[in-house]
Amino acid sequence: MCTTCGCSKHAHAWVTDLATGKVTAIVEPVDHDHARIDHRHTHPTHHHAHPHDHSDSPAHDHSPNRPHTSGTTIDLEQEVLAKNNRLAERNRGWLEGRNILALNLVSSPGAGKTQLLERTIHDLQNSVPISVVEGDQETVFDAERIGATGCRVVQVNTGTGCHLDASMLARALTALNPPRDSLVMVENVGNLVCPALFDLGEQAKVAILSVTEGTDKPLKYPHMFRASSLMVVNKIDLLPYVDFDLDACIAFARKVNPDIDVIPLSATRGDGLDRWYAWLNARLTALFETAS
Amino acid sequence: MHELSVTQSIVEACLKKAGGAPVLRVTVEIGTLCCVMPDALWFCYDVVTTGTSLEGSELVIVRIPGRTRCRDCGDDIAMHDLLSRCPCGSDNLEAPQGGDELRIKSMEIEETA
Ligand SMILES: Nc1nc2c(ncn2[C@@H]2O[C@H](COP(=O)(O)OP(=O)(O)OP(=O)(O)O)[C@@H](O)[C@H]2O)c(=O)[nH]1
Ligand SMILES: [Mg+2]
Ligand SMILES: [Zn+2]
Ligand SMILES: [Zn+2]
Repeated sequence: MCTTCGCSKHAHAWVTDLATGKVTAIVEPVDHDHARIDHRHTHPTHHHAHPHDHSDSPAHDHSPNRPHTSGTTIDLEQEVLAKNNRLAERNRGWLEGRNILALNLVSSPGAGKTQLLERTIHDLQNSVPISVVEGDQETVFDAERIGATGCRVVQVNTGTGCHLDASMLARALTALNPPRDSLVMVENVGNLVCPALFDLGEQAKVAILSVTEGTDKPLKYPHMFRASSLMVVNKIDLLPYVDFDLDACIAFARKVNPDIDVIPLSATRGDGLDRWYAWLNARLTALFETAS
Repeated sequence: MHELSVTQSIVEACLKKAGGAPVLRVTVEIGTLCCVMPDALWFCYDVVTTGTSLEGSELVIVRIPGRTRCRDCGDDIAMHDLLSRCPCGSDNLEAPQGGDELRIKSMEIEETA
């Protein structure tokens, strides 16, 4: 992180190639001098009542304690995430050009993303080349677990960042250099909020929910389940021991996303994996057929 | 907290457009179905703008509700979050339209005399 004022480069993530041990910082030019979170500021904390205007007209919320002086208005009409979306489209094109299926795996910490990947690699790596991008705030532990299966893997460490973004995936793909006609699995940072907002250029998001997390997760984090094409309900081997209503959970997920596919499975014991592999194969087949 | 990344994108775009001129106000549109919290944006905005020509400027957030139709009573209604119900009590709604806006609308810069 940039900790001194006026520096022109700011590393916001690191990519580690597990095969070579090479670490690359992802830096972005900062076109202003003193505007990073690292720089402590002395503004008073603002306390304000926020209007919860539930009328049909758009509500204007103003930040507090600010004078209403007027100046010259400049129209921007610009999408806030324009830059990320542009880079995501570039990734999508890159992947399409190589006929690669990329999936973005999202979940709360510990739902079983790495476990499901280990198992999937073990079972499928003889039928389709698989490589993995691991996203975590810190450590290369997950990449080491994936690397132990013999699979190509790079680790992206986001530091304080709580999600992968398209520029990180671009750098990771360059390091990974996945072969044509293959499958790239991206394990996002364990977080059910932020990754929903950041398109990476993947073909689909897969939300993984484990039965120990509670039936109502899809309602508590509706954005993620709305953005995902598939909900994997993991750890169903634990169903006899926890108070989890699978049918209700599926109904909640379909309430926020009527089109979502659902596959209950156990990544450790193996129940339901055949449906997961069938789901993957259908996508791979569709991709490979359109290309040939 | 993704609001930090979102704020950085807003501030970066405005600084570029303002070209050094002091900024008084920035107006953004945020859909009610978009997972960005206004309170968190304001907090991050103060932090991120410190030391820039946006420091001390006002961030105005315009909320845009999503629209949908109730499959039971047929009414067109506004959605203030993804779990909204129709006033008739039904939660059987069509897929929402809009409400996912995340757009920098405009900004006001100080008039040069
Ligand atoms: N009983 C049971 N345990 C599981 C299953 N899948 C994963 N686990 C366990 O859950 C724990 C977390 O699994 P991980 O695969 O590391 O979870 P993760 O989602 O990658 O976690 P983060 O990367 O930290 O977000 C481990 O102890 C796994 O062994 C399952 O199907 N059943
Ligand atoms: Mg993991
Ligand atoms: Zn975040
Ligand atoms: Zn109704």
